[in-house]
Amino acid sequence: MTNVEVYPKTKNINTDFETRSLDSSDFSVGQEEKPSWHMIKYLVAGILFGIILVKSEVISWFRIQEMFRLQSFHMFGVIGSAIVVGMISIFLIKKFNIKTVSGEKISLPKKTFHKGQIYGGLIFGFGWAMTGACPGPLYAQIGNGATVVVVSLLSAVAGTWVYGYLSDKLP
Amino acid sequence: MSFIDWIRQPWPWYVAGPLIGLTVPLLLILGNKTFGISSTLRHVCAAVIPANVSFFQYEWKKELWNLLFVAGVLIGGFLVALFLSDPQPVQINPKLAEELSSYGISNYQSLVPVEVFNWPALLTARGLILMVAGGFLVGFGTRYAGGCTSGHAIMGLSNLQLPSLVATISFMAGGFIFANLVIPIIMKL
Repeated sequence: MTNVEVYPKTKNINTDFETRSLDSSDFSVGQEEKPSWHMIKYLVAGILFGIILVKSEVISWFRIQEMFRLQSFHMFGVIGSAIVVGMISIFLIKKFNIKTVSGEKISLPKKTFHKGQIYGGLIFGFGWAMTGACPGPLYAQIGNGATVVVVSLLSAVAGTWVYGYLSDKLP
Repeated sequence: MSFIDWIRQPWPWYVAGPLIGLTVPLLLILGNKTFGISSTLRHVCAAVIPANVSFFQYEWKKELWNLLFVAGVLIGGFLVALFLSDPQPVQINPKLAEELSSYGISNYQSLVPVEVFNWPALLTARGLILMVAGGFLVGFGTRYAGGCTSGHAIMGLSNLQLPSLVATISFMAGGFIFANLVIPIIMKL
């Protein structure tokens, strides 16, 4: 990584044009070249997303228990239709070469297979059944008034840290 | 029924699902951002406790958008509690209600069972396991898998990524196994 800081940090200008590790979508690939107050749009998007999560009861521990006991179609309907709409959207973006609002080409990160997707996936599944929340709902539950979920969120941060610490040693 | 009463009811899957799916193109078009939430847990580590672990050595400030997004999710949850909450108890499958009543859960006023998810319950074995151990596994597992429901199931599958299908099947399998075989044991503690 070449960190040549030629711009003042406060302007939030991206000076790192090196290609990021391709097997990870944890990082942004786009170039954020706008003043930082433009970032508020992501806060607004998050607010809308949070409202949808709560109103669809996706953040409900009860709904997650129903899903894993095959007692309700609700969660499968939500996730399934979200995937279908996402798929159609990406298909259209590719077909019509739709650009970002700033005219940039949209880049879609590829994921490479590793065993972590199986082991980590299973472990996350255990945690999901326990907390009744995947990461998005953890944030939404806290906002919605289940303040004790702050503890689960901090614990999730700790879990992520421990994974990062051990990542070289894991299969 | 007024508009506000109408919108306060739980939203059906065919309304919520497509709206969640639209988050994928929304973030791509707003600024080439890939939808994913569990990565924010990594950014928090990178920002607060990087501790020379190479996994956390990157410019987390560039991922500020992701942290703003989840701050928004939290605010969204708060706005619903203030203005849009459903006054009715959560409607659940009678079979689940029967099972839960055997664990002493009968309050459906909140989206989470208040008998289990409350501050004093952190001092009980059941509460400690579900909230603390559960949270830990969510954080550990999602990063090990490289994503969660948003990054793998929704974003990854929308982009036809095979590894995301493997991850999605794995976490659904993990949930099925755990909810049916282990949760009943934990709930009786």
